[in-house]
Order: sequence, then C-alpha cells, then structure tokens
Amino acid sequence: MDFQVVVLAGGNSKNLTPLVSKELPKPLLPVANCPVLNYVLHQLEQSNLKDLIVVVEGEDAALLVGAWISGTFIDRLHVEIAAVPEDIGTAGALRAISHHLTAKDILVVSGDLVSDVPPGALAATHRRHDAAVTTMLCSIPVSGPLESGSSGGKDKAKKLGRYNIIGLDPSKQFLLHIATEIEKDARISKRILHAVGQMEMRSDLMDAHMYAFKRSVLQEVLDVKDTFQSLKEDVLPYLVRSQLKSEALLNRTPQGEENSTEKVSSQNNQAFISRILANASTPSFHGIYSENPDGSSSTRKTHKCCVYIASSSSYCVRLNSIQAFMDINRDVTGDADHLLSPNNIIGPSPKLGTKTTVGPNCRLGEGSEMGDKCQVKRSIIGRHCRIGSHVKVVNSVVMNHVTIGDGCIIQGSVICSNVQLQERVELKDCQVGAGFVVTAGSEYKAESLAKKEK
Amino acid sequence: MDPRRTARTVSDPKVRQVGFFTPAPPERSISDPPRFQDPIQPPSPSPTQVNDHSPSGNSLSPVMIPPAHHHSDNFLRTALQVTSPTKAFSYSAKTVTIPPENEDVASSFSPGRKVVSAKSPSSFPGVKASSVPASELTTVSVVNLPPGISEKAGGASVEVQNDRPVSAKTLKEKTSKAERRALQEAQRAAKAAAKAEGTKASSAASKVVTSANTKPSKAAKSSSQKNDGSQVAASEKKGGDRAPEKDRKKDAPHPRMQYDDKSRVEKAKKRAVVKQTEARNRVELFRHLPQYEHGTQLPDLETKFFELDPMHPAVYKVGLQYLSGDIRGGNARCIAMFQAFKEAIKDYSTPPEKTLIRDLTARISSYVSFLIECRPLSISMGNAIKFLKNRIAKLPLALSESEAKSTLMLDIDRFINEKIILSEKVIVKHAVTKIQDGDVLLTYGASSVVEMILLHAHELGKHFHVVVVDSRPKLEGQLLLRRLVRKGLSCTYTHVNAVSCIMQDVTRVFLGASSVLSNGTVYSRVGTACVAMVAHAFRVPVLVCCEAYKFHERVQLDSICFNELGNPDAISKVQGREEINYLDGLVNQENLQLLNLIYDATPSDYVSMIITDYGMIPPTSVPVIVREYRRDHLWS
Repeated sequence: MDFQVVVLAGGNSKNLTPLVSKELPKPLLPVANCPVLNYVLHQLEQSNLKDLIVVVEGEDAALLVGAWISGTFIDRLHVEIAAVPEDIGTAGALRAISHHLTAKDILVVSGDLVSDVPPGALAATHRRHDAAVTTMLCSIPVSGPLESGSSGGKDKAKKLGRYNIIGLDPSKQFLLHIATEIEKDARISKRILHAVGQMEMRSDLMDAHMYAFKRSVLQEVLDVKDTFQSLKEDVLPYLVRSQLKSEALLNRTPQGEENSTEKVSSQNNQAFISRILANASTPSFHGIYSENPDGSSSTRKTHKCCVYIASSSSYCVRLNSIQAFMDINRDVTGDADHLLSPNNIIGPSPKLGTKTTVGPNCRLGEGSEMGDKCQVKRSIIGRHCRIGSHVKVVNSVVMNHVTIGDGCIIQGSVICSNVQLQERVELKDCQVGAGFVVTAGSEYKAESLAKKEK
Repeated sequence: MDPRRTARTVSDPKVRQVGFFTPAPPERSISDPPRFQDPIQPPSPSPTQVNDHSPSGNSLSPVMIPPAHHHSDNFLRTALQVTSPTKAFSYSAKTVTIPPENEDVASSFSPGRKVVSAKSPSSFPGVKASSVPASELTTVSVVNLPPGISEKAGGASVEVQNDRPVSAKTLKEKTSKAERRALQEAQRAAKAAAKAEGTKASSAASKVVTSANTKPSKAAKSSSQKNDGSQVAASEKKGGDRAPEKDRKKDAPHPRMQYDDKSRVEKAKKRAVVKQTEARNRVELFRHLPQYEHGTQLPDLETKFFELDPMHPAVYKVGLQYLSGDIRGGNARCIAMFQAFKEAIKDYSTPPEKTLIRDLTARISSYVSFLIECRPLSISMGNAIKFLKNRIAKLPLALSESEAKSTLMLDIDRFINEKIILSEKVIVKHAVTKIQDGDVLLTYGASSVVEMILLHAHELGKHFHVVVVDSRPKLEGQLLLRRLVRKGLSCTYTHVNAVSCIMQDVTRVFLGASSVLSNGTVYSRVGTACVAMVAHAFRVPVLVCCEAYKFHERVQLDSICFNELGNPDAISKVQGREEINYLDGLVNQENLQLLNLIYDATPSDYVSMIITDYGMIPPTSVPVIVREYRRDHLWS
C-alpha cells in the first residue's frame, strides 16, 4: 500500500524515572509481563505491516531493544533498528532517518501506545482525502484506579493541566487548530475560521501520537524548519496553521495531483478531466478557499490536515507517566484484556501456599512462589518472584525476580526487578527502582525509592 | 405555451417526429434507413421549435472515431493463447517452488545498511554510533514467508487448475479425490455463472470452456467466442488472486446479483472484502437490490487497509472514495476508475511463469469486483471495463511487457479523450445551437455535460435564464448553481416540488443521463422522470444529453429491476437541522420501511431528443447507435 512505518520507541523517559533505567529502557518496560513495545508491534503485525523501522534513543537501549525484537519476532516481522542520540526530540529522530524514507506516505507510531485502533483506519482516511498529515485522536482515558483515594494526587493534578485544545470542522474530518497546553489566550487563524465558517473546539480529545504524513511534505518541513524538535508541538501545529497558505516549500512537492495538472493549462484535456473530477465531489473548504471569486482555480495552495477520531469504544492510551503505567496495567488485565497478545505465555502455574488467595484481574508470571495466607488483588506479579507468608498485594505491579519478605503490605505501588523487600515492609503508592533493598519494618507512603547513582 | 403544438398521445411513441433532423450522416443512413424516417406517419405540423432552429446544427458533422486497428493477424495466436495455454504452463502443482523472500525484503534499504542475521544477536555490537544527521539501520528481524501465504503461491495453484484440461491425461492418476472434485465444481460454477449472465455471448463462452476441456484446439472458432472465453477464464482465476481457497474462486460476482436469492447472497458474503451488514427493513419491491447498513462499510474497509495485499493503492483509494461518496457522477467515476487502473498497470509486472494477458485480466477483474463491493458499477463503467478487458485480450503476444503496458495506458487515455472529453465537446456544440436568446432553460440535478453547455452558451454571449431544479437529500444542484452564478449566469433555484409551477415559463429542458437503454429509456438520477413528465405535460421539449459510451443494449421498462438503493438515513434525517427528529427511534421498527432510490427510468415518450456525440437523435434510434457504433469502434 506504499506506506512505511516508523515506530518511535523512545529511550529513557524522565517521566518514568524510577521504573526505567539503563538496563531497562522504556520500550521494554513490562506491562502485564510483556514489554510495552510488544503491544505496538503486535498491533502492526496484525494489520499486515511487517516492514518496520524502530527508532530508539541511545545506543545501549537500541542494543537491548534489538536483541529483544530479534528474539521475539523472528520470522514474523522485518524490523530495522536505528539508534539516535538522546534528547533530539521526535522530529529530530525522524530527521535522522529521513533519508531512509522512500514510500509515498509514512506512518509514525509512538512506541508507548497501547491501543486496539487499527492503524489501517488512519491510513485509509489519509489516502481518501489525499491529506498532508492525518492524526489520530482518541478520547482522554479515565485515569486513576477505580477506587478513589489511593491514587497519587500529584500525578492527577499534573494530568489535568495537559489538555489538548483541538479545533475541528463541522464534519469532524479536518483539523483546524491544535494546541497542546492551555495558554491564557488561544490564537486561531482568522483565515481558516473565515474559510470554514464554523469551528468546533474540543478539549476531550487526546492526540494519540499516531500520524500519517505525506513523505514529501514531512521531509520538506524537517529540512527547512531545522529547529523543530517535536512532532506534536512543532511540526503538526505548523502544518495545521499553514494549511490554507501552504508556503513555497510545499508547492514543489507533488502534493495533490489536481494542483499539478491544473498548472499545465496547455494540456487542455488534463484540465478538463480534473475539472470533471473536482465538480463531481463535494468540495471541502480547502477547495472553496482556493477558488477565485470568478470560479476559476487560482494559485492559492492548500494542503489538508485530517483527523481520524477513534470510536469511544476502542482502547487507546499512551504510557507516558507512572499513573498511565498503573492504568494500563489495570486495564490490560481487566477491561481491555483482548490486547494481550497470544504469545504472552503464562508459564507453569506458580506455586501457591495454603490459604493463599489470588483475586480476579491478576496475572502471575512463571516460576513465582508464594507462601501461606497471602492475598493478591488486581495485581501483576512477574517471573521468578519469591513471596513470603502473610503478604498482601493490592493494585500493584511487581516485576521479575523480586523477593518479598513475610508480612509485607503493598498497595498501589510499582516494584521493579531484583528488589528485595525485607520483612513487614508497608508500601503505599510507592515506586521502588530496580535493585533496591527496603529494610525490614519500614513504612513508606507516596515515595519514589531508587538506588543512588554511583 | 405554444399553440402550434398538437397534443400527442403518450401511448404511441411513433407519432414523435420531434427529435431527429440532423442530416443523416452517410454511414448511418446506409446502415439503417427505416428506423429514422417513420414512413407510417406523415410528418405532423406539430414538431416543435427544436426543428425550426436546426440549420446551424446541420453544419456539424458527426464525430468519426478513427477505425480501430484489426489485429486479424493476431487472432489465431491470441485465440490459442487464451483457450489453450502453451506448454510452459503445464507443470504440476508439486513442482511449484517459491523462492525465499528474505533477500527481496532485506534489500529495501541499500545505503549503509547492515543486515544482521536474525539468528545471531551476538553480532549486535555492530550497531554504529550514529551522528545526528543520519543514522544507520540495523536489521534485527527478517521474515521467511511460508509458501502458502504469498500471493504468488495462490495464483500458481489456480493456474494449475486452469491448465489441467491440457494435461488432464497425465494428471489423472495423480490427482486426489478432493482435487478432482474441486475441478468439477469449478467447471460447474463457471457454467452457472455463464447461465446467470443470461446473454448470448457468455453461453457461447461456457461452450468454449467446456469444449476446451476436451479439444482445446477446436475452441477458437470466432473472435467473439474467444473474447468471452478469456473473460470467463479470467473470472475463474480471479478468486485465486485474492485468496487461495478453492471456494473463493468459483463464481465471479455478478454485478446484477439478485439479493433476495439467499444462497447466492451467502456465497457472495463469504467472498466479500467489504463487510456488509444488510439492512433489515427493505421495501418489498426492492428486495432484490443490495441494501446495506450504512456507516458500517467504511470503517470496516478502513481497518483492512493494509490487509488487502493484491489491491493496488490507487484502486483502493478510488474504492474508498466511491464508498464515502467523495466521487459521484457517471463520468467522474469512470475517469477516476480508469486513472486508477492506469496507475495499476504502470506498476504491474507479470509474475514469473505467467502471461501478461491472462494475469492482468484476472488482476483487473479482482479490482473491479472490489469496486463493485464499494458501490455497484454504473453502466458507463461497465462499458469502459469491457473495453479495457477487450484491449488486454487482444494484445499481440509478441509484445514485450513494457510495450504492452504502454499500449494499454495509451488505450486508456484514448478512451478518456475520445469517448468522454471529445464527445462532451461535440455534445456541447450540438446543444448550443438549441439555445436562443431569451430562452428559459431548466435542468435537474448536476450533470457535467449540461453544465458545460450552459457555460459555453454563456461564453458565446447568448442571453438566457437557467432554472436549476434540485432535490433532497444530495442537493447536487446547489454545487452546479454555485458554479453557474459565479460565472455570471442568471439563475433560479427551486426544488422538484415546485417544478409544475415553474414549468410554465420554461422553453427547454436539458437533462443529463446515467445511461440510455436501447428502447429509448433514459436511466438517470431519481427525479428526472418526474421533471420530464411535467415538461411533457406542458409541451416543453426535453433534451437529454448523453455520451454514446453510456448507451447500453439492455431494455428496461421500469426502474425496479435494476436500480441502486442509497442510504436510508439520508432521507430520514435532515442534515444541519437537528430539531427535525420525528423519525428518531422509529427507523428500526418492523412496520417502517425507508426507500432511498438513486436512479429512475424515464420512458422514451417523455424525451423529445437525445443529444449524443453522433448527433441529435430521437430516442427510437438508440438501438442503431448501440448496434452500429459500439461494435465497430468500441469493441474492435
């Protein structure tokens, strides 16, 4: 279908500091015992997209991710890994691999997207409108655990500030305005507003960070605007802003066959054909705007920015904060369990002690052992964990090779790999970094524990 | 409005003398004189003004389409090719080997690439420290396609089945029971499909197919048989290109399937690419037409975007645009389809062990059935597809692949230029002679030809007034009105409800058509019949403008047998007016049926004249055009 897929997997994310580390880059962060990148790749594989470029920040991370992919997707996907320096942003990462892009359209997917929206839908919308860029919007997920009270108030407050202000045309097909943060006043292009006549402002939608770009447009923008760092905050708003006054840089591109054929007025037949085709379709506001008052098509250049709005029943969340990590873990084992790919094997059932209860919506990795009279509710426990007796684990994520002593109580926390919890530790809403040792009898609440950097 | 006109009885179409007056061009008068001058009826004094203004129209000579080349020298060879494949193809299924695909896949990135064997992750230290501007790609995982999946394999297995008649003797011992049965079923299905088509030609085709089983050398008897044989062979193969299952390749989807025949509908559903949920409440008379739940098709097709491998992107795009209604109108749909096919042919390369003629025909057939699933074909598209398939079938074997491709692309261009653009220009020239100063012209809907006529007459400096009649739900007339008003024409806009009031002032009615059938029936946008009938009652001449490539030999007496059903929601809701919601919640009730027809049939009684690229003719002369011109120029 002449599409190339770029997965921006990222590297070490600051938002997830205690969870990710040099040994465990963000793409490999386990969600329900299965790296988060797996969800994206699995989704793409199901859509028959088997030729992928995965961009990872940092070489070490690239090695780790590459090793994991080659181990998991051998014979199933054709994946190429590109390592880019850290902190060059999403636009920078694309710029770095721009010379590898050859197809007509490029599908850019964020590696931390956990979603069941088929990428084909976005691509089809893109093609149908012959758009310069198409972005996927989804409704903002419900954040926080189902029971209120136990969630970190800090994270929630942060999330509230991160609205997207999105302007749509009445048919909900075109993107007219996008701003990532609430500013005191939003600037809306008068020209666009005048051309469309009506704009619908939405704040209940979220940019899912899945884009389809026309390759020529993307490369031009990346070339010319070399200060652009982020796709979401620079490139996309730029394209949206300039959709009715496409600058010279977009004109050289073969964007829209109609435009190029109209130019050659000497070829009368071509003009004829394009006029018949143009008259046959309902014109979008772009077409009406680019018309001169006397009806002839003018030299005003436009490009289309389209949106695909995922239906509210589909699941679509980005893993970009600790709260989101908790939410996704909860949803993937609960409501959205169809996302779990079949290759996520549940090993030989773990050894449970007497009177130990494991509630619903739990997932236990292979080789884990639990002592007597434990309680596990709505939690995920990784592989080869050793859990003592009288331990209570609620709403938590426990990764691999964790040792938990007798009598611990863990609520709403994330415990990374190789952590040792000694006896009678009480944790509430904490994040414990990899390899940390919590001494016996200590109590923590809403703290982030990690080994000090040596 | 005009006392000179006498009343005519509707029941006797022969009375009409209105339309035909162009001096019959020599070839036409020779070919069929009695049709044109009705000797039975003396010319009544009634003939309308149409007649009076004709002299300027006489100066126009009918368009001559240059006679197409006869590939008579290639007949035999092509025929042999089509009916009895050459020996190169008579291999058995067991010898098919699929080359491993990794090399192709891996070679997509050439510069600075490092292909690391997926099985040796130990070589990963090879990832280079990359600078900012450019970074290297490292292949970490490659795909080994299992032979069953690749399209090539599917096609190959089908090919084997098609070729079996030739090597049947040798294979007989080897074939298993299941295989023999599949072969039998395929033949039966081909026969059934041919029967269902109901035309003479295809029954001949089935004869060809069956006779090919026994004595392939006898098969090529006449050119017509040969062509149809190729088509049937193609349709048999087509399924195989899309899916290797035997079920799928059986019967070609018939464009005119009867949708109240449950077993056929079930079969078609299994085969369909687009998931189609049929609407429950359908109007009794129209059960035989497909009516799907709208809104379910588009999202479903979109999600499959990457899964339809053999579909060319351009074809896919056009299909989406048909489905969503972004492209409509007979000419535009036809042009869009042909441009997509042109792209597809440009990117086409013959798979190994296959011939271009057969494989490309199959490929085009699969595209066409995809487009049918998106929206039923218009008659103009059907004619165009026939033309293209014919051109492919008649390609001389000696041509190289690139030559064949460029020939086909030229053919497509020629079709668009001659059959659509040139004929529109000729129609405009003819029709403009009918427009006088002070005329009030009425048009219905938005026809591309009528629009050009009006604009051209305006450019010539004629002073006239235009009445644009429109109807819900599509309101296409508004788009036409917008373009006319911008050009400075004086217009009146009204809906079809008011047509009887405004008809008093009108002097001419110009209508577009989706198709003209051989009994003179004009098949066009729903509402056209109503406008034509009112015009007839007011004795206003009705001029139908239609390109000759849209003519069809079918005879249709009503608009029930063949029609298309639109989205019923479009008529139950009023766009932009949320407060009109009286039907909310009633739509799914058992005792409510919504009918949104797309086309209707205007009886020839109401049509004074048909303006086509061969001149201006009465509706009774349509069969002549269909018979003489299409056979000579389009199909040769």
